[in-house]
Amino acid sequence: MRQFDIGRANRHPIRADLELIAGMVEPGTRVLDIGCGDGGLLDVLIHERRAIARGIEISQEGVNACVRGGLSVIQGDADTDLKDYPSNAFDTVILSQTLQATHAPRSVLGNLVRIGRHAIVSFPNFGHWRLRLRLLISGRMPASPSLPESWHSTGNIHLCTIRDFLELCDELNISVERFVALDGSGDRKRIASPWLANLMAENALFLLTKGKGAETDVDR
Amino acid sequence: MTQDAPSQSRKPSLRDPFDAGHAVALGTDWPLQLDCGTALGPFTMAYRTYGRLDAEHSNAILVCHALTGDQHPVDPPHSNRPGWWQLMIGPGKPLDTDRYFVICANVLGGCAGTTGPKEINPATGRPWGLDFPVITIADMVRAQTLLLDHLEIDRLFCVIGGSMGAMQALQFAVSYPERTFACVPIAGAARHSAQNIAFHEVGRQAIMADPEWCGGNYLEEGTVPRRGLAVARMAAHITYLSEPALHRKFGRRLQDRQAVTYGFDADFQVESYLRHQGSTFVDRFDANSYLYITRAMDYFDLVSEYDGVLARAFAQTPVRYCVVSFTSDWLFPTSQSREIVHALNAAAADVSFVEIETDKGHDAFLLDEPEFFAVLRGFLQGCSDHWRLTQSATGS
Repeated sequence: MRQFDIGRANRHPIRADLELIAGMVEPGTRVLDIGCGDGGLLDVLIHERRAIARGIEISQEGVNACVRGGLSVIQGDADTDLKDYPSNAFDTVILSQTLQATHAPRSVLGNLVRIGRHAIVSFPNFGHWRLRLRLLISGRMPASPSLPESWHSTGNIHLCTIRDFLELCDELNISVERFVALDGSGDRKRIASPWLANLMAENALFLLTKGKGAETDVDR
Repeated sequence: MTQDAPSQSRKPSLRDPFDAGHAVALGTDWPLQLDCGTALGPFTMAYRTYGRLDAEHSNAILVCHALTGDQHPVDPPHSNRPGWWQLMIGPGKPLDTDRYFVICANVLGGCAGTTGPKEINPATGRPWGLDFPVITIADMVRAQTLLLDHLEIDRLFCVIGGSMGAMQALQFAVSYPERTFACVPIAGAARHSAQNIAFHEVGRQAIMADPEWCGGNYLEEGTVPRRGLAVARMAAHITYLSEPALHRKFGRRLQDRQAVTYGFDADFQVESYLRHQGSTFVDRFDANSYLYITRAMDYFDLVSEYDGVLARAFAQTPVRYCVVSFTSDWLFPTSQSREIVHALNAAAADVSFVEIETDKGHDAFLLDEPEFFAVLRGFLQGCSDHWRLTQSATGS
C-alpha cells in the first residue's frame, strides 16, 4: 500500500526509502518487488542496478502502467501468490510498505526469505512515540503521515512495532542483516539500536535472510 | 511457392489487391509426424507476411490465428472488409510493420489454402473429407516451424495470438523455447475447459445433423451443410460476446417491426444478427475444417502433457511471457490465464500479466481496446530493448 506518487516519467525523484532499498540490492542480481506500485523502484533497479527485476502488484492500474513501461509485472496478491514461487528463485525479494496490509504477515514473511536469499522489508513503526502519545492522550486510533487513513477505511490491517517485527523474525528463525531507521518521509535516521528506534523512528527498513540451521516455518 | 518479396511497409496503406499471400510445399523431405500417429506430407501452407525481414532475420513476429481466422489479419484479398487484426498490425500499430516482419499462416486443417479436409488427398485424388487425420495444436505449431525453416528464421522475436492463437503461441514457446524471444498468449488457456468442449460439441453435432453434410462427403456430393454450419456459428458467436455487450448492442429491440409477430420469424434484432452471422460464415468456412479445428482445441491440454504440473512445461524457459485476459471473457476467463501465470511463476519465468477491463467479452482481443494496445506496445518495446542487449552481448 504505497501511498506516495512516484514520478517515474522522469525517473526522479524516487522516494528516499526506495533509494535506500535500491542501494541494498547487489548489481546484476535477480530481484522480485512485491507491491511494486507503478514500477518506480523496478525502473531504478533495472536501469541503475542492472538488476533482473520483476514485480507483483495488486492494483490493475499499477500493473498496466508497469507493463506499458516495459517492466515484467503481474497482477497478484502477496497473501495468495507467493506460495507459487520456487525456493531461492530470487537473490532479493522486496516488500516495501506492504507487510502491514497483508492478511497473513507471518506466512508472507516466511515466504519472502524462502523465495529470496535476502528479503528487504520496510513498514511504518506503530511504536513511534508520537503515535503512543496520541493514543494515550486522545484515546483514539492515531493517524500519521505514514498512516493517514482512519481505522475503518485503512488497508493497513496488521500494524506492528519494530519490536513486534523482531520478535516474529526470531520466531521464524529469520536473521536481521541490516536495520535502518527511517523518518516519516523515508529518509534515514541515525539510530543504530532497534530498541531506541522503536520509540524514535516513523518507519523501519530491514535486510533479512534465512537463519542458519532449522528450516523456516512457512505456510505454503 | 516462392520466398517473399517483402511488401513496402512505408506505404501509407498495406493494401495490395494482388497480394493474396503465398503458398509453400512443406514436409517434402520428411513428412510431418502428427500426434495421432500418422504422417502428413508433403503439405501446403498458405501464409502472408507484412513488413520487412531484417538482415539478421531477427525481427520476425509469428501471429497465430483463432478458430475461424485465416492468414490475412490485414487487408484480406478480394475483399473491402478489414482483416481480423487490422487494428493491431501495420505501420505505427502495436505490431509495427515499420519495425517487425509479421508472419501469419493458415493453420493445418484450415480452409484458406493450407492443407485441410477440403483439399485433395493425393492418395485418392478426391477431397480428404473425414479421411484427413485428426490434428492437434502441437501439429499446427510443428507445421509452422517448418514454415519458419523455409523463411530461414531460426528465432522469432515474438509469437502472439488470441484464443486458439494463444494456445498455439503457448505450445510454440513450450515446445520450442529456443525459437522465440517472447510469447504473448491473449484470452487463452493452458487447456480447453469442459464448458468449451461442450460448446464445440454442440457446434459439431449441428453440422453432422445436417443431411447436407453427407457423412463428411458433401464436397463430392455437391452439397453444403449450410444450416448445420450456420447454427454452429450462431451458438459459438454467443460465447464470443458478453451479456452486457449483447444488451448494449441489441437489448430487446425488434427487427424492422413495431410488435412481435407471434411466430418464429426473427422478431428480435439479436436473432437477425445471429442469423446473419451464421449465413455469412458459411460462405467463408468449410464445415469439416470446423470439425477438425474445434477438435484440435478440445484436445489441447498442456497440463496433462506435463504430468499434471503445468510449471514443468516452463522449466528453465528463457522466453519472456506477456499473458493478457479480458474481464468480461467468459469463454477463456481470467482464471485460466492466471493458471498459466501461476505456473510461470512456479518456474521463476519472466512474465507479465494484465487483465484488461472491458465488457466486450472474448471478442475483445479483436476489437479496439486502447489499454490492451498500450500494454502490448510497452511489452514489445521492453522486449526489444532487452533483445538488442542480448543480441549485442552475443556479438551477433
